[in-house]
Amino acid sequence: MTTILKMENITKTFPGVKALSNVNLEVERGEIHAICGENGAGKSTLMKVLSGVYPHGTYEGNIIFENEPVQFSSINDSEESGIVIIHQELALVPLLSIAENIFLGNEQLEGGRINWNKTNQEAAKLLARVGLDENPVTPINQIGVGKQQLVEIAKALSKRVKLLILDEPTAALNDTDSAHLLDLLRHLKGQGITSIMISHKLNEIADIADSTTVIRDGSTIETMRRGPEMTTERIIRGMVGRDLDSLFPDHEPKIGEEIMRVENWTVMHPTVAGRKVSDKASFDVRAGEIVGIAGLMGAGRTELAMSLFGESYGRKVEGDLFLHGKPVRLKNVDEAIQAGLAYATEDRKRYGLNLIDDIRHNISAASLKKIASGMSVINSNEEIKVAEGYRKSMRIKTPTVLNIVGQLSGGNQQKVVLSKWMMTEPEVLILDEPTRGIDVGAKYEIYTIINALADAGKAVVVISSELPELLGLCDRIFTLAFGRMTGQLPKGEANQENLMTLMTKEREVA
Amino acid sequence: MMSAIRDIFTKNLRQSGIVIAFVAITLLFTILTNGVLLDSQNVTNIVLQYSYILILAIGMLFVIVIGHIDLSVGSIMALVGAVAATMVIKMHLPWWLAVIAGIVVGILIGAWHGFWVAYVGIPGFIVTLSGMLLFRGMTFLVLNSVSLSPMTPEYQMIATGFINGLLGGAGFDMFTLVVAAVAVVGYAFSQWRTRQARIRYEQQVESMPLFIAKLVLIAAVAMFFAWKLATSRGFPIVLFILAALILIYGFVSKSTIYGRHVFAIGGNLNAALLSGVKVKRTLFYAYVNMGLLAGIAGIVYSSRSNGAQPAAGNGIELDAIAACFIGGAAVTGGVGTVGGAMVGGLVMAVMTNGMQLLGFPTSIQQIVKGLVLLLAVAFDIWNKRRAASSKS
Repeated sequence: MTTILKMENITKTFPGVKALSNVNLEVERGEIHAICGENGAGKSTLMKVLSGVYPHGTYEGNIIFENEPVQFSSINDSEESGIVIIHQELALVPLLSIAENIFLGNEQLEGGRINWNKTNQEAAKLLARVGLDENPVTPINQIGVGKQQLVEIAKALSKRVKLLILDEPTAALNDTDSAHLLDLLRHLKGQGITSIMISHKLNEIADIADSTTVIRDGSTIETMRRGPEMTTERIIRGMVGRDLDSLFPDHEPKIGEEIMRVENWTVMHPTVAGRKVSDKASFDVRAGEIVGIAGLMGAGRTELAMSLFGESYGRKVEGDLFLHGKPVRLKNVDEAIQAGLAYATEDRKRYGLNLIDDIRHNISAASLKKIASGMSVINSNEEIKVAEGYRKSMRIKTPTVLNIVGQLSGGNQQKVVLSKWMMTEPEVLILDEPTRGIDVGAKYEIYTIINALADAGKAVVVISSELPELLGLCDRIFTLAFGRMTGQLPKGEANQENLMTLMTKEREVA
Repeated sequence: MMSAIRDIFTKNLRQSGIVIAFVAITLLFTILTNGVLLDSQNVTNIVLQYSYILILAIGMLFVIVIGHIDLSVGSIMALVGAVAATMVIKMHLPWWLAVIAGIVVGILIGAWHGFWVAYVGIPGFIVTLSGMLLFRGMTFLVLNSVSLSPMTPEYQMIATGFINGLLGGAGFDMFTLVVAAVAVVGYAFSQWRTRQARIRYEQQVESMPLFIAKLVLIAAVAMFFAWKLATSRGFPIVLFILAALILIYGFVSKSTIYGRHVFAIGGNLNAALLSGVKVKRTLFYAYVNMGLLAGIAGIVYSSRSNGAQPAAGNGIELDAIAACFIGGAAVTGGVGTVGGAMVGGLVMAVMTNGMQLLGFPTSIQQIVKGLVLLLAVAFDIWNKRRAASSKS
């Protein structure tokens, strides 16, 4: 084993903040090296230093790549040396083809003009290497996120990558796509390509990483090699600086009467004619109960939830919604909120928050009538008081609610989303991927909040891609496949295997 | 104290930047014109000359914050003026009826735009580009392509009238000074109450000396301005209209559910939808409101120009839009203040007036105004980038 990369005593200071202090990282040639740490620990900053986003001279310390000290002043420099970074938010142009995206900035020229045959041919070769069976001329927006991720890797391969950096590569992928991606990383490792993978998914790390470096508060805690000492418990302890007895807080449910029941809920796709995104789905949830909805990506989980929430997705053609046993028709979001429903979206940046506004305004956004006197005049003192109350009780880590939401970490943003919906005083909370992109410590806090909501008599519906999360949190789990409810299992009976069986159940042939 | 002042220049550079720029431009032109810029007569002139642009900028701010634009306001103004002039001059109807009719025309046009933007889903840029041609054409039709003049004296009063000598005074108008003093005291009181409330809710406030220094400075500027008016022709009626609109819309933007919804939509349309905001209705009323204010501006303009002209208000929309952007509104929506738009408008007003006093040709005036708009937005982007990099 030889060392391909050595980062020595990297210190990076922003005005007023020391983001990295004396970080050391050593990566062996041909290994898959995981980097773990809570949000804000400095993982991304370290990778930006490495890839030249923060140019040489703006940080202290040395980078030695392939036994040569290197001084990158831009991403182009680092790519020249064979270091390619794939960001969490994919950098692909939706309307360009796969081939055009792969060779964007690196166009296959012939006498000053683009040789399209060569472009597509080379792209096809690269796609074969990453195991993606798609036509290179297909526009990017016609393939799913999982495949887009593979295109990014193909793009990296076209640059003759030696060291591939992946920032949360599986965060947006379902289990099948994740497994495929991890296989590909192993395969690339066989071809001598070294990978650095930033991930929150500890089971993936246990599965694939040859070594793991834990970063906390801008410092390296330790690097573990694969073996008996590299355990999930030890990684978590390193990340949060304390022992977590369990990933989930203890919870004794106090289940009451049925609050919401959905029967035969059928929704058509908004643009694709004849496609049912929800097909006679039925489920129910009781006071104090946490109900999970498990389903693979594309099963129609979010579509079902949004359709229930004031018919804000697709076109509902059939089905009934009962609240406290009475049928109700909620035609828009406002009516849904008035009826006591709340829906916290899976994509808080695009659908949940006004990132350029402050915490206070985001928390009050769905309940302005509660703090308005007379016709529509907002009592801004009351607003600050309520928002401050949530900041303290939800432990949103920021000095004041007048700070901009976009500057908070993922976990704190999620707490703002939850505060916003708690302020509407709902009876039913539908939480769509409540811990996506959130680090372990903050997840635990979110779970505690969810338990507290149930204990306060709310009916909680949790939609999640992570089966361990549903198993750890929910009192009952429904499974959704291809828009249909395929089963329900109580807490004691559910496990990953029987859930997965139900989640992949095809329509029975009649 | 020093660190607090430094905070104003660094953290709040965006808000204070525009005010500092305004002061600098005013000083520059005062020096260049040997003080003529701040001459009593000239200060009064600036108020009369630019009030309708500021009125337009108020409505434009809401349209821009919600994420759209209105290119048609110059044409709306012209049509409103044409309708009012026809009623007053040709049909000999009373002035107040013409005013009401003009404003109704503005509201109807706003509703027309709002319908296409909000309920049909055509971008505001296209709808109002169409409106710009449509209503300019109608103006020509109503006026039969010729100017109408003069208006009745009552109608002229709206934009050129003054309240003078109501409370007497020797060489100056006491009433103007009293109004200004009441406004200053009212402002200080409301600032004080806001500050007290902030303290009660354990929010950060600026230090006491800085707070008082700011109030004294604002009071001094306001009283100086009032003195200039008082020693000229008294308190312009149009300034009452403008001040009332600024107060009302400042309040609407900050303290009402409607205002909050406008900012929510401009900041993140999808999040607003999922928070129960009635997006279409809010958008519709932003255009209706723009029509209302364009109607008022049209009345003021026709009153000041003492008639209606087919080409009235040509290109005015760009001044109103520029005022919002210079005043810190974001091109992508979700950000902006009525106060900022007003200062932005005043920057344009003082620059134009100053250059006119210096006898600059129109060509140079246009070039300078164009560059100032560009620099203001460039400064905004630079400042955002700086704020972002000092953060992450």
